[in-house]
Amino acid sequence: MTKKWGSRIFFSLLLLALFVGYPWYGINNPADRTVGRMLTTDNIILYAQQHLTLWGVSLLFAIFVGVSIGILITRPYFRFAAPVVVNLVNIGQTVPSIAVLAIFMGIIGMGFQTAVVALFLYSILPILRNTYAGINTISPDVIEAAKGMGMTPGRVLRRIEIPLALSVIMAGIRTASVVNVGAATLATFIAAGGLGVLIKTGMAVMRPQLFMTGAVMAASLAVLLDYFLSIIEDEV
Amino acid sequence: MIRLENLTKQFNPAEPPAVDELSLEVKEGETCVLVGPSGCGKTTTMKMINRLIEPTNGKIYINGEDSSKIDLIKLRLGIGYVIQEIGLFPHMTIAENIATVPKELKWPKEKVWQRVDELLETVGLDPEQFKNRKPKDLSGGQRQRIGVARSMAADPPIMLMDEPFGALDPITRAHLQNEFLRIQQRIKKTIIFVTHDIDEAIKMGDKIAVMRKGKLVQYDTPEDMLSAPANEFVVNLVGGNYSIKRLHLIRVDEIIDRSPFTASSEDAVSDAKELLEKSKLGLVIVTDENKKVKGFVIPAYLKKDGETNADIMEEPDQTVGVGSTLNDALSVMLSNGQGYVIVVDEKERLEGVVTLNGIMGVLQDND
Repeated sequence: MTKKWGSRIFFSLLLLALFVGYPWYGINNPADRTVGRMLTTDNIILYAQQHLTLWGVSLLFAIFVGVSIGILITRPYFRFAAPVVVNLVNIGQTVPSIAVLAIFMGIIGMGFQTAVVALFLYSILPILRNTYAGINTISPDVIEAAKGMGMTPGRVLRRIEIPLALSVIMAGIRTASVVNVGAATLATFIAAGGLGVLIKTGMAVMRPQLFMTGAVMAASLAVLLDYFLSIIEDEV
Repeated sequence: MIRLENLTKQFNPAEPPAVDELSLEVKEGETCVLVGPSGCGKTTTMKMINRLIEPTNGKIYINGEDSSKIDLIKLRLGIGYVIQEIGLFPHMTIAENIATVPKELKWPKEKVWQRVDELLETVGLDPEQFKNRKPKDLSGGQRQRIGVARSMAADPPIMLMDEPFGALDPITRAHLQNEFLRIQQRIKKTIIFVTHDIDEAIKMGDKIAVMRKGKLVQYDTPEDMLSAPANEFVVNLVGGNYSIKRLHLIRVDEIIDRSPFTASSEDAVSDAKELLEKSKLGLVIVTDENKKVKGFVIPAYLKKDGETNADIMEEPDQTVGVGSTLNDALSVMLSNGQGYVIVVDEKERLEGVVTLNGIMGVLQDND
């Protein structure tokens, strides 16, 4: 038990060190004045904060909506809708994330809210699909036994279906989270900030130190968040 | 008491009904076995009793009460349910699995766990050893025991069992059947038992309902069914070998020789020799001070070197339990290659001996 937590803390700190240490080094050793103006502690904190907010808010809503719809389409009354919903989800997933952002910019305009809505819709997909698959693949014998012994449909869902589908649902949430951290770097194109600002600006002014800082931070953040989610998955 | 009245279920209007105007009555404390080929409607009939399937027509009365008027959840909580696939909840421990219905009934915690221990003992599993395991850590036979224990948890007066021992190997199946018969003798539940195996039906049932294409063909006690099959279909289902089938009906207790020659393992070989000369069977059973069977001595072993019985005895390959049928005893005799088998109680203590002559005697008496 303690050994497990030891390695968990070690890896988390390692990733955190990369996430903090890389920009820290850049702030203290800027290549030139252009980089120096951009790479300030305030800026880095702002972009990281925006990025995490984009990720967190959209993922939270996506978990709520994705899991709910996923459960709903396994209920007898809505089962007829399952093929339609699952197909829609599969099609939605094939649309590139930057195209999703562009489409929503066209509909609701630029800005932070647009990015949140687009990311939210984009990350519903894996969560919904996995929730549906997780519940649907439970052995029918288990459900029949539960029903036959007198559990109400609500109790079957809470005590049997959700616990048994949880690992598949969690896998969907992790997928959504990784996709989300990546897609959030594109938010800068619709003026919603985030770590993508560093990448976009860095490329525009040809300063590798800038776009590398953005890239390393986004990448280490994605791994770190996924690692946290995997720990949560193990513990529940 | 369960009474089915003109029970009918039609899944598809284009096809003949799965269950067709079925009427029968199961008395309290009786085991009624529904038997027939697959597709005969036996499982459908059973599932209509706990309303996993709603009947198209007809009524089911449980203790005189129309079951369609009883609250669905209340009805099911009062009926134990065991299926062939068992359907244990893989994410819960054995104890939690067994506690399912008591928890649904909101029993106080202490009472629930006490009941779990009691049930594990009843089905012959050590509570301390098994309570906290997960179903995947158990063998098929152990899982089926848990399935039975789970269905009995809240002491329901009625139990539905759908091929509960169907997925087990023959030896484990016979063992569990015997154990269940022993338990049933004590708890006296009203049981509907579904099987396609006529031997199992004869062994487990107080009454057998033979079904074919959704209709009841014959409803009788096993004895009457064997001696007076209603028609060709029942004759074919029962098959030939009437005498052999009867072996499923008779328990070893009826012909057991309760005073075989016994000796203790410390006794001198010469004593055993004396006993063997007196014994018609040529068998001396070696037991310890608690009557536990340790081994046996036959004349051939006397040639071995040794001072006491412990030196020359052999452990029996297989024994049978007190509740076993003559059929079980006979198959052990055949596999041991001996004309007798040692009968023990659940704690491996000596009960007596059953012999081939004894079995033949019973069959002759009845012919």
